[in-house]
Amino acid sequence: MIELRGVHKRFGAQVVLDGVDFTVEQGETVALLGPSGTGKSVLLKHIIGLLLPDSGEVMVDGLSVPELPRNELARLRHRVGYAFQMGALFDSMTVYENIRLGIAEESCYRDKGFCDARVAECLRLVNLAPEVARKMPAELSGGMKKRAGIARAIAGEPSYLLYDEPTSGLDPVNADAMDALIGQLQEELHVTSVVVSHDVRGSFHVADRIALLHEGKIRLAGRSEEFMATQDPVVREFLDRDFQLLQARH
Amino acid sequence: MESVSTTAELPVHVRMPRAFARPVLSACTHVGRFGMMLVELARALPEWRQWLPRTFEQCENVGYGSLFIVMLTAGFAGAVTSLQAGYQFTGSVPLYIMGAVVAESIILELGPVLTGLILGGRIGARYAAELGTMRVTEQIDALEALGRNPFSHLLLPRILAGVVMVPVLVMVANVTGLFTGWLAAKGSLGISDLDFAYGSRYFFRPFDLWYSLIKAEVFGIVVTVIPCYVGFTADQGAEGVGRAATRAVVLSSVTLLILDTVLAKLLL
Repeated sequence: MIELRGVHKRFGAQVVLDGVDFTVEQGETVALLGPSGTGKSVLLKHIIGLLLPDSGEVMVDGLSVPELPRNELARLRHRVGYAFQMGALFDSMTVYENIRLGIAEESCYRDKGFCDARVAECLRLVNLAPEVARKMPAELSGGMKKRAGIARAIAGEPSYLLYDEPTSGLDPVNADAMDALIGQLQEELHVTSVVVSHDVRGSFHVADRIALLHEGKIRLAGRSEEFMATQDPVVREFLDRDFQLLQARH
Repeated sequence: MESVSTTAELPVHVRMPRAFARPVLSACTHVGRFGMMLVELARALPEWRQWLPRTFEQCENVGYGSLFIVMLTAGFAGAVTSLQAGYQFTGSVPLYIMGAVVAESIILELGPVLTGLILGGRIGARYAAELGTMRVTEQIDALEALGRNPFSHLLLPRILAGVVMVPVLVMVANVTGLFTGWLAAKGSLGISDLDFAYGSRYFFRPFDLWYSLIKAEVFGIVVTVIPCYVGFTADQGAEGVGRAATRAVVLSSVTLLILDTVLAKLLL
């Protein structure tokens, strides 16, 4: 379970998170929505301790992330897969080496047979061809980089998966394919997921619950029906873009 | 605009301390972060399984990759020293002194300092740009998110490669400089091999080589630690990476020259 309570974060004079309360129950997929630049990625980075809150609590599995010693934080990170917005693949390594680096257990990491099998399995899970393993990140398209990034994130068999803008920069067809992949991974791996996005349609498609981050606070969190029914003008304005389509779906 | 006019309206006794306080605070922040980086590097030392194989890769990069430019620079430095010494001393002092001038200049100063400056430019810019790019493309965040230590994976191998390879390169530079100095003296001044060798040994003390090695070791640390810090803490964007590369070269070169003077005062 992931729980953020009263999290504040500012960079210089800019307040990014202004008392965020956010909870993700075990096994569910939560989409965190909000316009660009509202601090969604900042919130996500707090969950694995890449950023520390100025105040407030960040708990994962009952552990206070900001207070964890280095070794325990590393152990926690092994249980959390993080798919970065642009993949963040190590550009001096092949896709194989990138995914292998995601294998958390040191003895497995040194076992070539295990690594070969695990990398092949991860590539299959993200619908990439086995030949991609030999390629360098520069040889991949944007969508393939994102998939390879997800493959690396799941290589350590995490309990949690955090997606940072998985569909941004993709054409509608590939964005739909990415949404389908998130759903497929949820079914096959039974992970708890947080999907940061500004894509309303895709979020309604993949998430069990949705939260909207607005001006540093969670404006509304709930199931898609609650979002559809709300009269909150801020939420309505954000949903309006895809509202017609969503109405048609429901 | 509002904040600018507000600041301008502040009384002088508030504005002046503010103007001084900002750079002082910034400098203190950097000192603190630099210190923290050194602590993290020390804590990463036991993770030898991570840094050892990568150190070999970086050694090849720093050592073999820099060999040509180091030999070229030292070769010309040796020849020019010899020719200029010949221009100044011919007719006033015995020719064998040429050997002493070339040997002492190369071993004590030109070999270590020129090699340090060349490497500060070559590997310093490279380290800062590599790490800066990794920072702005979230590769360093990705490494941390995978539960891996960026200090043992990225920084320690680069720094250790400098610590190991820069002294080796300085010794190569010393030999190259002496060789070209001897060739230049022989070719343009007609000094005999025996006279050159006699002169080279006349003022030479074994401590000169140790001094050269100590300088090389210190410079090896300077031209790797500073660029690693600057690249690791680079600002966002391509401009930030460019700024980091420039700052790394300037900072490491200036620090190297300052330490060159300090070591001369302390050790000679």
